[in-house]
Amino acid sequence: MDVAEQIASGLAGTGEVDGSQFLTFFLAGEEYGVDILRVQEIKGWNAVTPIPNTPDYIRGVINLRGTIVPIVDLRRRFGLEPMEYGPMTVVIVLKVMREDKGRVMGIVVDAVSDVYNVQDESLKPAPDFGSVVNVDFVQGLATVDETMVIILDIDHLLNSGELAVMDSAIEHE
Amino acid sequence: MSIDMEQFKATFIEESLEGLDIMESVLLEMQPGEADAEEVDNIFRAAHSIKGGSATFGFSDISNFTHVVETLLDQIRAGEREVTQEAINLFLSSVDCIRDMLAGAQEGFDINLEQVAEVKAGLDRMLGSALETAVPAGAEPEDQDDTPAVTGWKIIFKPFPDMLRSGNDVVRLFRELAGMGEMEAVVDLEGLPALVDMEPEEACLSWEVTLFGNVGREQIDEVFEWVDGDCELSITPLGGDETSAVDTPAEGVPEAANPAPVQAAPVAQERRSSNDRRQGDRRKSRGSSENSSIRVGIDKVDALINLVGELVITQSMLGQLGEDFSMDKVERLKDGLAELERNTRELQENVMSIRMLPISFAFNRFPRMVHDLCGKLEKKIELKMSGEQTELDKTVMEKIGDPLVHLVRNAVDHGIEIPEVRLKAGKSETGTVHLNAYHQGGNILIEISDDGAGLNRERILAKAVERGLTNSGDNLSDAEIFDFLFQPGFSTADVVSDVSGRGVGMDVVKRNITALGGAIDVESRPGNGSTFTIRLPLTLAILDGQLVRVGEQTFIIPLVSIIESLQVEPSRVNAIAGSAELYKLRDDYLPVIRLYDAFGLKPDSTNLEDGLLVVVEGHGQQAGLLVDDLLAQQQVVIKSLETNFRKVGGISGATILGDGTVALIVDIGGIIELSRNGSKRANSAAA
Repeated sequence: MDVAEQIASGLAGTGEVDGSQFLTFFLAGEEYGVDILRVQEIKGWNAVTPIPNTPDYIRGVINLRGTIVPIVDLRRRFGLEPMEYGPMTVVIVLKVMREDKGRVMGIVVDAVSDVYNVQDESLKPAPDFGSVVNVDFVQGLATVDETMVIILDIDHLLNSGELAVMDSAIEHE
Repeated sequence: MSIDMEQFKATFIEESLEGLDIMESVLLEMQPGEADAEEVDNIFRAAHSIKGGSATFGFSDISNFTHVVETLLDQIRAGEREVTQEAINLFLSSVDCIRDMLAGAQEGFDINLEQVAEVKAGLDRMLGSALETAVPAGAEPEDQDDTPAVTGWKIIFKPFPDMLRSGNDVVRLFRELAGMGEMEAVVDLEGLPALVDMEPEEACLSWEVTLFGNVGREQIDEVFEWVDGDCELSITPLGGDETSAVDTPAEGVPEAANPAPVQAAPVAQERRSSNDRRQGDRRKSRGSSENSSIRVGIDKVDALINLVGELVITQSMLGQLGEDFSMDKVERLKDGLAELERNTRELQENVMSIRMLPISFAFNRFPRMVHDLCGKLEKKIELKMSGEQTELDKTVMEKIGDPLVHLVRNAVDHGIEIPEVRLKAGKSETGTVHLNAYHQGGNILIEISDDGAGLNRERILAKAVERGLTNSGDNLSDAEIFDFLFQPGFSTADVVSDVSGRGVGMDVVKRNITALGGAIDVESRPGNGSTFTIRLPLTLAILDGQLVRVGEQTFIIPLVSIIESLQVEPSRVNAIAGSAELYKLRDDYLPVIRLYDAFGLKPDSTNLEDGLLVVVEGHGQQAGLLVDDLLAQQQVVIKSLETNFRKVGGISGATILGDGTVALIVDIGGIIELSRNGSKRANSAAA
């Protein structure tokens, strides 16, 4: 991790030690961020193999150099209006931690944006919307150049929460 | 020196466990009263390596214990002691102890020292008894406590120059010597060359060692055993006159060996019973470490190197061809590609064969187990094994071990009757348990048969009714009734014994086998015994698949599950209550599963006669899967969906097709289950 961190900060060229770096992407006009150390690669949208009897936000699986990787459409996952996939549509391949095991998953987003340095203290917790919106998977809110970036807790988003949602979704059908 | 001993430690433990296996199998073959020199040598060598290794790695418990075993073996080897059944049993218990201690050393947990001490006491008793009787002969140097003045040895030790190259360490030799008593060593520097001429790997020194103390000649010989032939060695006693006495074996020993085993026998017996109980746990703890490495025959590796060489040649040939390609060279290109295909296929076969081990690895433990169980249950059983050389994937082998143990145990405990009952039934006193393995198609079949009483159909049925698994009076076939055996907690044994009867096991057996993609069948004839047949895929990594198309998607159906494929004859389709479709195939009615329905896909056509019906069998049930088209048959590499995702109903895994896309492998048992329980859900998902 140390080496990766050094490389990551070296690439950004800012030399700032404290704080974390986030890869941001657009989804329905909002900018979201994920911890850059979890990003394995970014690739264009290609056809997937759908998996039967799974919710529609699980688009299917792809072959990532011999590994079977599931792809989640983040728009559908958040209940947003689905969008036609175009040339800007990208798949961000993430390493998701669950307990001690790491899993590789891909998320489909509208477009990638930028890499930001965010000081830990400038990361604000998301306000509680009560039962209106579930903000469990929001790690915090960061402000970069006067715009808000929603930092996602991908472990929470793509893990137990997802599986739980998925199972109950099947039951409710 | 900062050499990482941990990596060697693992190797040492692995080798020691192998040594123990050798000891065990030789011991089981050994007959009391006749000590075959080669057999004893084999055991001795194994014990000696374990002792030496454990001392090097600082497992003093193991080395001390093994030392006693080794001393006893040495006496047998020298003909001073006769091999008795008790001695064999004691050695077998020692093998268990050492195995436990090794497991303890490996996992870093504390082992049951009490048991070890018990067995060791038995060994010591046996050893001690021989010495007592040796006293009249007055020969053993150990007995000369009253004349300490003459105890001591003069050793002249001149290593040959290349002794060190064989991995021997002079320092260790001396350390062992020093452990025996007071030692004085004078080094002879004469052979030492000038520094510029010195070869660092050559031994140039020699020593004159004087060892004071009550030490036996054998002990010193033992220290130098490994360097025997690599050095000039002369060992003379300080007193100078008892050499001859040491070399002559004591006459009284053969008779004396008998009283000791009698003492030792109870220990061995107790040990055995506790051993049975713990066998399961121990195997589990060993299982985790077992898959870390694999031993491969050098011929297999050589074959691989050859193949890779050919692959490189083909590749460079194709490369050259591509440099300046023109259409007239297309024939050569085709040849090259054909060559490449052949190389790739052979390489694949060879790599797979590396993972294959003869099933004797799994069978090896049974002679011991049956031997022990026979003693305990007072039965006479002959264990026959055939097809031990049948090869099986290592992963499958590791997982099939426990189910096999259960089945063999059941055969011994429930299957074979006690001798009196057998005689009454007009059978020979000795029962037979037969383990057989052979290949059939892409499967390996393992049969466990016994010539015992057979399964009691009525009792199983009664028990099933009692447990509410079925209604009495049903016309159940034998196969259906015997299938109840695999229900959790199902046992017809009247008495719950140490060995079996708790009803745990058979359901686990079935579950493990099913998890491996295999199946288990039971056949039984009253009075003539029963046969359990396990059918397993040869490997878990590759599968022969039939590619089928449903709508735009390609699925893979394992070829082993397919019985036949046919075009649908509309007149043979019947629908019960308008939805549950049945297809009349000869005399059977098969449920029709529309794959697009089960998987929620859009098919080419929903008309039955436009598609093809693939008749499959899974979990003992047949069904017809409706697909749009049959594509190619090919071998596919199985990839897990669970690594990055989770288990999906009706899907056993995924694979990557030639064009790089992912195709899902249909789990036949799962899809039949799915269509039976969840057809409503699938329908709503499709709608």
